[in-house]
Amino acid sequence: MSDQQILNLEERFQQRIDAEIKVEPKDWMPEKYRKTLIRQISQHAHSEIVGMLPEGNWISRAPSLRRKVALLAKVQDEAGHGLYLYSAAETLGAERDQLTRDLLDGKAKYSSIFNYPTLSWADIGAIGWLVDGAAIMNQVMLTRNSYGPYARAMVKICKEESFHQRQGYEIMLTLAKGTEEQKAMAQDALNRWWWPSLMMFGPSDAESTHSAQSMKWKIKRKSNDELRQQFVDVTIPQADFLGLSVPDKDLKWNEESGHYDFGPIDWDEFWRVVKGNGPCNRDRIKARRKAYDEGKWVREAAMAHAEKKKERKAKLAKSA
Amino acid sequence: MKERLFDYILQLGDNSLILGHRLSEWCGHGPILEVDMALTNISLDLIGQTRNYFQYAAKIEDKGRTEDDLAFLRTDRQYRNYLLVEQPNGDFAATIARQFYFDSFHLLFLQELVKSKDEQLAAIAAKSVKEVSYHLRFSSDWLIRLGDGTEESRTKMQEGVDDLWNFTAEFFLMNDLEKEMAAAGIGVDVQALEESYYAQIQEVFEAAKIQMPDYKPGQIGGKDGMHSEHLGHLLAEMQYMQRAYPGMEW
Amino acid sequence: MSDKKNWPLYEVFIRSKNGLNHRHVGSLHATDEEMALENARDVYTRRSEGVSIWVVESRHIFASNPDEAGELFEPAQDKVYRHPTFYELPDEVKHI
Repeated sequence: MSDQQILNLEERFQQRIDAEIKVEPKDWMPEKYRKTLIRQISQHAHSEIVGMLPEGNWISRAPSLRRKVALLAKVQDEAGHGLYLYSAAETLGAERDQLTRDLLDGKAKYSSIFNYPTLSWADIGAIGWLVDGAAIMNQVMLTRNSYGPYARAMVKICKEESFHQRQGYEIMLTLAKGTEEQKAMAQDALNRWWWPSLMMFGPSDAESTHSAQSMKWKIKRKSNDELRQQFVDVTIPQADFLGLSVPDKDLKWNEESGHYDFGPIDWDEFWRVVKGNGPCNRDRIKARRKAYDEGKWVREAAMAHAEKKKERKAKLAKSA
Repeated sequence: MKERLFDYILQLGDNSLILGHRLSEWCGHGPILEVDMALTNISLDLIGQTRNYFQYAAKIEDKGRTEDDLAFLRTDRQYRNYLLVEQPNGDFAATIARQFYFDSFHLLFLQELVKSKDEQLAAIAAKSVKEVSYHLRFSSDWLIRLGDGTEESRTKMQEGVDDLWNFTAEFFLMNDLEKEMAAAGIGVDVQALEESYYAQIQEVFEAAKIQMPDYKPGQIGGKDGMHSEHLGHLLAEMQYMQRAYPGMEW
Repeated sequence: MSDKKNWPLYEVFIRSKNGLNHRHVGSLHATDEEMALENARDVYTRRSEGVSIWVVESRHIFASNPDEAGELFEPAQDKVYRHPTFYELPDEVKHI
């Protein structure tokens, strides 16, 4: 194809995006659109999968049977969501196994929030409330993204996730109404998860490298700072209701703007964790690598068995 | 009689609880996402069954204890689950062997329990029987895949079934409680299931090209509260919150 | 570290209740059709989404080419006489 032809195709592609026509797997798309999507979708999938670990850390210690099944179902949903997202990436020609190995080799990123440890039961509440809350802001936006399979996966995920945040908030509510010890546990969890949750929306718009093109392609529809502000605005009243306070002395309601003003985010910490040096980065990847390596013989055996079965069937059909 | 029934229900609930707990340890660590999710589904079924049993037991006991008191606030000697279900996950083959031995028994057992004179137990069994039919399908399919897969998987699968074989004896040696409950038409005459159990096992082993273990199974104790070393650790973890923060709502 | 051979990809279709069509819901990996069906049950029907499942290996799906969408689908657009609203009848005439 000549450069001019590609240019024409790109122009037509952009026109369709502007007209809100979804892109589907076999449609022509700029190579960079494909690559950006694969990167973003797989990062999202990896986040779901790595995200199973911090919460999974409390499944065996859940304090009641009701909480145990809820948490187990929630962590399982994350496996499902990872799977839906890998499926979406596979429509673009990527392979799940390759994407997984990119994660294990440190070539692919995932949400940094999951590099923080879960130290108490209240962390399970805080994650459901804050981390899932922040994720939902982002995901609701993504249900309208321009790539069909990704948008459809997000619709499914949002539907299923609606219980996750409620599950977390209910845990916080129970703690907030509980003994002094439980209240302290809840406050401590909020203190530790608040800032990392704000960081989940990514660098500020001025610093964000991929944002402009992604907005133009409608892979992303709101800026990082916009979503972050939206999150703060809805979350503060929820914290008030719990009788807990967020660890930010600069936080105050701004009558004029109609939003909460909040203090500066520690971007040094953000980048330190993104670059792999947070409290649990190494543990998380090691745990995933262990599951992958120890599962290898299982996956191979199942495949070998299926092939034997197929051969036997073929032989049987021949002799009949 | 009421006390005996209570104990009997606990025994049923404990098996589901402890095995459900063990399977939940796989969540996030399975060999592939699809299997990870399947193991969790089984775990959720089992813990759901536990809740049915314990809620019923708590009602029968009528002393204000809840399902959680029963699940989290007993000592190891008070748990009545089979030794098999408390055995650690090991590798995937060991988990499949454990699951297959239990599912095979569990299904036969529930198919009898649906006939119980105790309506509530019969109802719980009727609901569980569908779940467990699927569990057995899953575990026997995997046993066959691993047994008749690669050389490596066959070795591991054989080791798994050999190691856990010893614990299958416990299903069929009836203790006094079970005899009493069976006689009353409430519980199941498990001894009568033994023959068909081992016949079924053998059938699947043949399909899986797995050898029947070459020793007679005989290790018992769990049903009467004498457990393996593993249960204590499991309980320490499972009961952690309830023990560290007694009497609180979660 | 790579597997010798990865599990193939299957597309999953679910009938949510009798009377409705099977609908494409996504994909998953499995070694054969039987496993694909079971995996689909475990992955895609956790919230009672289905009463029936179809699976088909993705490579067996033969799809139309979007570049030919013009010649395939546009000719149908001007055949308005295939639609009931094309025919004008007086309002007094009922049940038609």
